Amino acid sequence: MEEVPHDCPGADSAQAGRGASCQGCPNQRLCASGAGAAPDPAIEEIKEKMKTVKHKILVLSGKGGVGKSTFSAHLAHGLAEDENTQIALLDIDICGPSIPKIMGLEGEQYVEDNLGVMSVGFLLSSPDDAVIWRGPKKNGMIKQFLRDVDWGEVDYLIVDTPPGTSDEHLSVVQYLATAHIDGAVIITTPQEVSLQDVRKEINFCHKVKLPIIGVVENMSGFICPKCKKESQIFPPTTGGAEVMCQDLKVPLLGKVPLDPRIGKSCDKGQSFLVDAPDSPATSAYRSIIQRIQEFCNLHPSKAEQLISS
Amino acid sequence: MEAAAEPGNLAGVQHIILVLSGKGGVGKSTISTQLALALRHAGKKVGILDVDLCGPSIPRMLQSQGRAVHQCDSGWVPVFVDQEQSVSLMSVGFLLEKPDEAVVWRGPKKNALIKQFVSDVAWGELDYLVVDTPPGTSDEHMATVEALRPYRPLGALVVTTPQAVSVGDVRRELTFCRKTGLRVMGVVENMSGFTCPHCMECTSIFSSGGGEELARHAGVPFLGSVPLDPELTRSLEEGRDFIQEFPKSPAFPALTSIAQKILDATPACLS
Repeated sequence: MEEVPHDCPGADSAQAGRGASCQGCPNQRLCASGAGAAPDPAIEEIKEKMKTVKHKILVLSGKGGVGKSTFSAHLAHGLAEDENTQIALLDIDICGPSIPKIMGLEGEQYVEDNLGVMSVGFLLSSPDDAVIWRGPKKNGMIKQFLRDVDWGEVDYLIVDTPPGTSDEHLSVVQYLATAHIDGAVIITTPQEVSLQDVRKEINFCHKVKLPIIGVVENMSGFICPKCKKESQIFPPTTGGAEVMCQDLKVPLLGKVPLDPRIGKSCDKGQSFLVDAPDSPATSAYRSIIQRIQEFCNLHPSKAEQLISS
Repeated sequence: MEAAAEPGNLAGVQHIILVLSGKGGVGKSTISTQLALALRHAGKKVGILDVDLCGPSIPRMLQSQGRAVHQCDSGWVPVFVDQEQSVSLMSVGFLLEKPDEAVVWRGPKKNALIKQFVSDVAWGELDYLVVDTPPGTSDEHMATVEALRPYRPLGALVVTTPQAVSVGDVRRELTFCRKTGLRVMGVVENMSGFTCPHCMECTSIFSSGGGEELARHAGVPFLGSVPLDPELTRSLEEGRDFIQEFPKSPAFPALTSIAQKILDATPACLS
C-alpha cells in the first residue's frame, strides 16, 4: 500500500523527488524534474515593493473561527486611529474572505484615508460566488496581491490568513521571506480543541523561522449583560492560552472576553473600538495593540536599521 | 453516465454524509461527532472520516487521541471509539508521530492522502459514514467530493453560526455544493444563543437569525439551531458522550432532532 511521505523534503529542495521518502509520492516525477527548484522571480519583485512598508504582521491560527479576521480588522482600526499612521490590511483568506464585510466595504478599498484594504472578496461579483481553487491558483493570487498592488508608503501591513498550515501560509511566508516580516500574532480560544491546533501553528512558525510576537486568547469568558456574572463558554480545560504559552515559551499578549457587541459591529462593518469604548473587550484590544506596536518598534526592519545607522 | 465504482472498502457503507462549512470554527467537528453519537444511540453503526489534515479535531472529541492505527489486507483499520465497536474513526491525527506536529502540506499532497483515506480504510459494514471537513472550498473539498462521487453520498450538512460574517462564507459553500452536484440535506445553525446559567437570560452572542435566512435564500431545508452549551463544549474537550450523559442540556433536543431529520431523510434500504 502506498504511504504518503511524512518527511517530504519540500518541492523546492535539492532532494525534491530524489529523497528516500519521495518513493511512492504522487508528486515524485514533478519534483524530480526540478520544476520546484528555481527561485521565483516574484520574490525579488515583492521585496522591492515591500521597501515602502515598514512593518509586516501576520495574523495566524491553526484553528478556524477563533477571531483572526475580527482581530486583524480591529488591529487595523486601532492603529489607524493615529491619522499619521498609514495602515494596509491584506486578506489572503481566498475561500472565506471575511475582511470586506467586517470593514464595511462593498468594493471601495479605503475605510479611512489612512486605512486601505485588499481582499479577493472585492474581486467577486456576487456574495454567492465561490472561489473553488486548488493550492497553486491560490498561491498565484497571493503573489499578485503582494507584487501587483501599489501599497505605497505604509507603516503597518497586516495580513489576515485562513485557518491551517497550508498553501496560503507557506506562500505568504515564502514571498515575504526576503522582505522581513516583523512577526506573527497567533489567535486562539481557551479550549483544548483550539489549543491543539494552535500548538501546530506555533511549530509551523518555528519551522519557517517566523518570529512570534505573541498569542491572543479570544472569547475568554462571557459576562452576562443582565446579571454581570461570568461564564466560561469555551472552558480552558487544559489551562487555556496561559499554560500553553508558558509551556512553549511564547508571550501571551492578552485575553479578550466575549462581548455580543463585537459580533454585531462586525456584521455592520463598524469598529467595535468606537461602538463600545467602555467594553472590557475594547480595553483588552487596546492593550494588545500597544504591545504589538512596542514589539515592532523594538525590532526595526533591516531597512530601518540601515537608514538609522 | 458514471461508471460504477469498484466498491472496495466502501462497499459495506450504506450512506455517506459530508459536513461542510465555508467558515471555520462554526462547529463542523462538533456537529459531526454529535450526529455520529446520536445515530449510534438510534442503533446505527457509524464511521467518521476526519479529512481536516491541518486541524484534526475528532480524535480528542471522542477520547481517542494517540490511538494506534493498524493495517490489514484491505488497508487501514479504523479506530473504534467504543467497546461495542459501533463508532469507528479515521483521522490524520492518528498518523502524526507527535500531536503538536504541524501538517504543512500543499494541495497535491493533501489530495493524495484524502484519496487514500477514502479508498484505503477498511470500514466494513456501516449504516452511515460521516465525513468531517476543514473550512473552505479548496483542495480537500474537491478531493473528497471527487473521491466519494462514485459512491453517491446522501448529501451534505452545512453548518453556520448566526452572524453575517459566517453566513457570508457559507453562502459560497452552498455554491460549491451546487457546482459539484452535492445535494444539500440542510443547514444547521450552531452557537445560537447562550443561556446564562446564573440568571437564565438568553443572549445572542453571535447575532441571530442568519442560519434560517440562509436556508431560505438558498432553498434548502433548515435543520435546526443548536445553542451554545458549556456542557457540550466540556464534553468535547474531555471526549465524553454528550448525547448519553447530558439529555437535559439545552443543546440535546436540537442535536437529537437534527439526527432524526437525517434518519427520516435517509431512503430505506432494500434488505
